[in-house]
Amino acid sequence: MIGEIEDYKGIWVYIEQNDQEIAGVSLELLGAGRRLADKRGVELCGVLLGHEVKSLATTLYEYGADKVYIIDDPILKNYRSETYREGFVKLVNTYKPEIVLYGATSNGKDLASAAATDLETGLTADTTMLDVNDETGLLEASRPAFGGNIMATILCKKQRPQMATVRAKVMKAIEPIKGRTGSIVEEKISMKEEDVRTKVLKVVKEVGKKVKLDEAHIIVAGGKGLKDDKGFALCHQLADVLGATVGASRDAVEAGWIDHHHQIGQTGVTVTPKIYFAIGISGAVQHVAGMQNSEYIIAINIDPNAPIFDVATYGIVGDAFTIVPKLIEQFSKVKQGGELMYG
Amino acid sequence: MHILVCIKQVPDTKIIKVDPKTNTLDRRGIPAILNPYDAHAVEEAVRLKAQYGGKVSVLTMGPPQAVAAIRKCIQIGADAGYMISDRAFAGADTLATSYALTKAIEKISKQEHVDVILTGKMTIDGDTGQVGPGIARRLDIPALTFVRKVEAVNASGNEIVVERKLPDGYEVIQSAMPCLLAVEKEINEVSYSPMPNMIRAANYEPEIWTVDQLNDVDRSKLGLKGSPTVVGKMFSPPKPEGGKQLEGTPDQQVGQLVELLLKEKKELIISKGGA
Ligand SMILES: Cc1cc2nc3c(=O)[nH]c(=O)nc-3n(C[C@H](O)[C@H](O)[C@H](O)COP(=O)(O)OP(=O)(O)OC[C@H]3O[C@@H](n4cnc5c(N)ncnc54)[C@H](O)[C@@H]3O)c2cc1C
Ligand SMILES: Nc1ncnc2c1ncn2[C@@H]1O[C@H](COP(=O)(O)O)[C@@H](O)[C@H]1O
Repeated sequence: MIGEIEDYKGIWVYIEQNDQEIAGVSLELLGAGRRLADKRGVELCGVLLGHEVKSLATTLYEYGADKVYIIDDPILKNYRSETYREGFVKLVNTYKPEIVLYGATSNGKDLASAAATDLETGLTADTTMLDVNDETGLLEASRPAFGGNIMATILCKKQRPQMATVRAKVMKAIEPIKGRTGSIVEEKISMKEEDVRTKVLKVVKEVGKKVKLDEAHIIVAGGKGLKDDKGFALCHQLADVLGATVGASRDAVEAGWIDHHHQIGQTGVTVTPKIYFAIGISGAVQHVAGMQNSEYIIAINIDPNAPIFDVATYGIVGDAFTIVPKLIEQFSKVKQGGELMYG
Repeated sequence: MHILVCIKQVPDTKIIKVDPKTNTLDRRGIPAILNPYDAHAVEEAVRLKAQYGGKVSVLTMGPPQAVAAIRKCIQIGADAGYMISDRAFAGADTLATSYALTKAIEKISKQEHVDVILTGKMTIDGDTGQVGPGIARRLDIPALTFVRKVEAVNASGNEIVVERKLPDGYEVIQSAMPCLLAVEKEINEVSYSPMPNMIRAANYEPEIWTVDQLNDVDRSKLGLKGSPTVVGKMFSPPKPEGGKQLEGTPDQQVGQLVELLLKEKKELIISKGGA
C-alpha cells in the first residue's frame, strides 16, 4: 500500500467490455457501487480499459458513475492478464480508491487476482452480499463458504484498496438515467507489445453450443428425482410446450442426463427467469444460489420437507411422474386454445 | 520439461455439516481428499510428460497429514513430491499462501529449473482461484487461467499454446515459458492408476521443509500475519419464507397451478413458443 488508509477514497468498478460491449455484471456493480458510494459520501468511478472504448463512458454515467477512468490503447484490444494488470494497477496506485469491485467472470477474476498480488491487498472472491460501514469505511463482503454450507463475511482491515469479485445477477443495476453525465480521466499505458509475453491467437464464440439459460424467460429444471434419462425427458416435453429452456441440478448433470452447460447453481449458471420449474430437485444451497432470484419458482417434489419448498412461490407435493404429464397436457390445451380441465 | 503442480488437501465439502445453532463447521469425521481440481492438474502434467518428456513434481503447503494428498498424486503418476509445513504458515489467506508457495518454488527451481507450473482452477474449501495467479505474479511469469486444453508445447520448450475458457466460447492464447496454467476440470478425465504407481505411492515420502529451510523469507508475509483478509463472521445463508402449497388430488393441484400461472403470467405462457 502506498501511503495511509485515509489517502484512499472513492468506490471503483472495473468495467469489463468485450468488443465494445459492456458486461451486464459491470452495470450491476455500478448499481451496488452507487449504494456504497452514497452511504460513504464518496464518488463512484468506472474503470474502462480497451481499444476504442471511450464512447462507452456515456452509458456508465447513466448507470450511476460520477467519473470514468480510461486507458485506451491498441495493446488493450483483447483482454490479457499482463497488459490489463499493468494498466489497472497503475491507476490504483495513482488515484487510490478505497474499494474496487470486479465482476466474477473469467477475466474479472483473472485481473483481480493478479492486481491483488501486486497491490498486496485483500481480495474476496465470488461475493454475493456487499455492505460498507459508513464510518470506518470497512467493506463487508459476504460469500458462500465451504461449498455453500455457510456464509462468511470477509474484511480487509489494514490494507487498501479493499477488493471483491462479485457474481453476476446478484446485484441490481439502477434504471439508467438518460442524460446523466460525469467526468473523464484518461491515462496512458507504458507497456509495449514486445514486452508482452502472451498473444491471443484467436477468439472463438461457441454461440450454438451455449445454452442461453441466463436469457430464458421460462426454465424447466430437473433433478435426480426424475430417476433416469427417460424421466428427465419429461422436462424437455414440458419445456417444448412452454417454449422454455431446460436446466438441471448438478446431480442430473453428473448422472449424464444432460450436458453440463445446463447446470444451474453455484458451480453452474446463475439464472433469473420469470418462471422457474424445479422438478425432482431437493433444493440444496448450491442449487438455490443459482436460481433463488427467479420471479416465480414452482417446485414439484415428492418430499414435503424438501428445502426447495422454502424458496418456492408455489409448491406441489407429489410424484413428478404423475404431475408433470398432467401439466404438459393442460398447457398444451391452453396453447391450442382448448378448454381448461379443472380437477 | 519440468512440470510443477501445486496441490492441496481439502476437507470433502460435499459432506461437511454446519451446526445451525452455532454456525460453526462440524469437521468431525470429514475425510480429507486431494482437491478435485488439482487431480486434473496432476493428470494433465502426467499427460504432458508422456507427450513431451520430462518430470512431474508436486508441491503442497499443509499440515503433516497432507502427505496423503501427495501420495495420491504419485498414484496418478507424479515423480516427486515436496511439502512445506510449519506453524508459521497457519491461517494464511490467498496472498500469504501464494507467498509461501513461491518461496518453495524458488527453492525447487534452484535444484531443477521449472518450465511450467500447473494449479487447479480453485480449491473446494478456499474456493477462490486466486492462489495460482498470485504465484505467477510473484514469480513474474504469465498466468493463463481457466485453461481447458493444452494445444501444443513447441519443440524448444519455450512456448506453449492453450485454450482459455470464456463465458461464450474460448480463446487460443500463446505464452512464453515458464508460465503458470490454472486448469478446468474438463481438461481431462483422471485415469485409473496403474498398479506400480499404487505400490510406489504407498511408501512414498516427500521432501518436507519448514520455514527455516526456505531462503529469503520475510516472516511478516506468512500465515495469519501476512494475510490482509480476516473472516468477520459466519452465518447461515438467508432463508426465504417459502410460498403456497397447492393442495388436493394431483388433478386439482395441476389445475390450480395452471390457473394461477395463466392469471399472473398469461402473456408469457401464451406468447412464448407460439403455438
Ligand atoms: C462445492 C459444491 C458446488 C455445488 N454446485 C452445485 C451447482 O452448481 N448446482 C447444483 O444443482 N448442485 C450443486 N452442488 C450439489 C448440491 O449440493 C446437491 O447435491 C445437488 O443440487 C442435488 O441435486 P438434486 O436436487 O437433483 O438431487 P437430490 O438432492 O438427490 O434430490 C432429488 C429430489 O427429488 C425428489 N424426488 C424423488 N423422487 C421424486 C418423484 N418421483 N417426484 C418428485 N420428486 C422426487 C426427492 O424428494 C429429492 O428432494 C454442489 C455441491 C458442492 C459441494
Ligand atoms: N496450500 C496449498 N498448497 C499447494 N497449492 C495450493 C494451496 N492452496 C491453493 N493451491 C493451488 O492453488 C489453486 C487455487 O486455489 P484457491 O485460490 O484456494 O482456490 C489450487 O487448485 C491449488 O492448485
